Amino acid sequence: MNDKLKVIAGLIVFFAIFSYPFWNNIFNKENPEHKPVLSAEAEKAKECVRSKDYMTKEHMQLLDIWRDKVVRSGERVYKYGNGKEYNMSLSNTCLGCHTSKAEFCDRCHDYASVKPYCWDCHIDPKENK
Amino acid sequence: MNGNYIFSLITVVVLGLLAFFGTTVFGLQYLFGVIVPYACVIWFVFGILKRMLGWANSPVPFRITTTCGQQKSLPWIKQNRIDNPSTGIETIIRMILEIVLFRSLFRNTKSDITASGKVTYIWEKWLWVGALAFHYSFLVVIVRHMRFFTDPVPYLISMLEYFDSLFKIEFVGEVVGTSLQIGLPGFFISGLVLLAAILFLFSRRVLISQVRYISLPADFFPLFLLMGIAGTGIFMRYFSKVDIISIKELTMGLATFCIPDGAVLAGLSSVFYIHLFLVCILLAYFPFSKLMHMGGVFLSPTRNLPNNSRARRHINPWNYPVKVHTYDEYEDEFREKMIEAGLPVEKES
Ligand code: HEC
Ligand code: HEC
Ligand code: HEC
Ligand code: HEM
Repeated sequence: MNDKLKVIAGLIVFFAIFSYPFWNNIFNKENPEHKPVLSAEAEKAKECVRSKDYMTKEHMQLLDIWRDKVVRSGERVYKYGNGKEYNMSLSNTCLGCHTSKAEFCDRCHDYASVKPYCWDCHIDPKENK
Repeated sequence: MNGNYIFSLITVVVLGLLAFFGTTVFGLQYLFGVIVPYACVIWFVFGILKRMLGWANSPVPFRITTTCGQQKSLPWIKQNRIDNPSTGIETIIRMILEIVLFRSLFRNTKSDITASGKVTYIWEKWLWVGALAFHYSFLVVIVRHMRFFTDPVPYLISMLEYFDSLFKIEFVGEVVGTSLQIGLPGFFISGLVLLAAILFLFSRRVLISQVRYISLPADFFPLFLLMGIAGTGIFMRYFSKVDIISIKELTMGLATFCIPDGAVLAGLSSVFYIHLFLVCILLAYFPFSKLMHMGGVFLSPTRNLPNNSRARRHINPWNYPVKVHTYDEYEDEFREKMIEAGLPVEKES
């Protein structure tokens, strides 16, 4: 006698869980669009606060540094390489240029499953008009 | 210095360098991002099947009653139903508790010699604590990683991310001349616990001389491998930063069998490729190493058999009809010779 049937049942359960990434996507339709759309304002400005590569990977770090500077040391002006000056503000500067939060920030964030808690307090200027 | 862990450390470093130079110098992103992951997953599946079916074909032994409590006996003697189960359901409870709480490890003791020269046994719970921390944070990290393989990301996974980053660890400032910022993206506590637990389990093997003596490269290699995986993961999330959106395009491509074009693959950071390659090595190494205790724990004969040897007769499964030669037959065969030699016989003729 041996426990072959029980082992095989266990294996089936294991592989059903293990292959989850493969079968899950058969039933779920992918979000049709996850690429952020640049608003007309951003298109006109042509460049972001810093290089595109930096923004894609590290914009949250930049926001944290801005927050720290504004809230802790009262500095409100950000200057970087390109010589332009920016008012360090989430709702005014970032969303002033990336005017549609839903089509820019949220597209990426939904895709990557990040839910910034910032919007508990900060506003999306568009939403409240 | 101990050859066992130096050898394992060098192996993991070389594997990391392989992925690093393979993607930065030789442009083998397709190999490290697509071919190796698929090959290792297939290898893992067949490896697990081979090992488990091998075990499934082995006969189940007699009840091995290494118990930790009173067996079912006379009605007025209280049975310890979980530690010494006599029915299937009680055994299942014992197995579940073993698998989710590691009760056998909880009983771990350490022998020592007291000041007066006597041997004593001390309850040693740190291995149990370290093992629990390690396995559960590992599980949470793996489940959280499913955000790279699902779109839309299921609610349960977002929920887990939320609770995992609920405890905010934030820092903005300077450390030895370089500015450091931690806090955005949110800090996942499980990643840190995972790395800390691996380092603890490793230091245990190195610092306790008896444990070091019984540790082999096969014990150190998985530890270094996991250190490398957790280390590169933490490094890329909080320090070097990676382009998550492009990574998810690759991982979703792997899951749905439509690989994104070469530009996406070429744009990914080499830290990501090291992380992924070490995970692939882990998958490939898994079925043929001690890591198979993941499946093996379900087959622990001292845990998964009810202690009912007194209530039920268990026939040895590998019994075969044995040829016997009884004394009666022996005497029948040699009676005359025995009588001639004067030996006593039971029947005279
Ligand atoms: C003056 C307009 C402007 C402002 C202000 C601005 N951006 Fe941008 N942003 C852009 C443009 C233009 C691009 C596209 C750059 C490119 O393609 O080279 C961009 C790109 C980005 C990207 C990368 C998108 C991708 O496809 O990878 C992120 C992320 C981003 N911005 C976030 C922010 C955040 C966060 C802020 C506030 C700190 C901000 N931006 C402020 C104009 C702006
Ligand atoms: C509890 C409410 C709250 C939350 C949550 C919050 N903030 Fe703020 N934030 C504030 C307040 C209040 C100020 C100060 C506003 C001022 O002085 O102009 C501020 C200021 C800032 C500033 C600079 C000033 C400005 O106009 O934007 C930045 C940048 C900022 N926060 C970023 C963030 C980010 C990024 C997050 C999410 C990770 C976040 N905040 C979450 C309340 C909050
Ligand atoms: C190119 C896609 C992309 C765009 C566009 C983008 N983000 Fe992000 N953002 C991400 C990713 C990916 C993360 C998570 C990074 C990680 O997990 O390492 C993130 C994380 C964040 C975080 C930290 C959240 C947390 O709690 O971990 C904040 C804050 C944030 N983004 C703000 C913004 C704002 C504001 C905008 C719009 C102006 C924006 N982002 C646009 C991709 C994007
Ligand atoms: C054995 C399996 C794995 C382990 C133990 C592991 C471990 C980790 C850890 C500890 C982190 C740090 C952040 C966190 O706590 O989540 C991390 C991040 C990361 N891992 Fe893994 N990982 C594994 C498999 C994978 C796989 C298969 C992929 C993709 C193909 C992957 C891609 C990533 C990425 C992209 C990050 C950065 C996350 C971010 O920046 O938000 N990992 N990993």
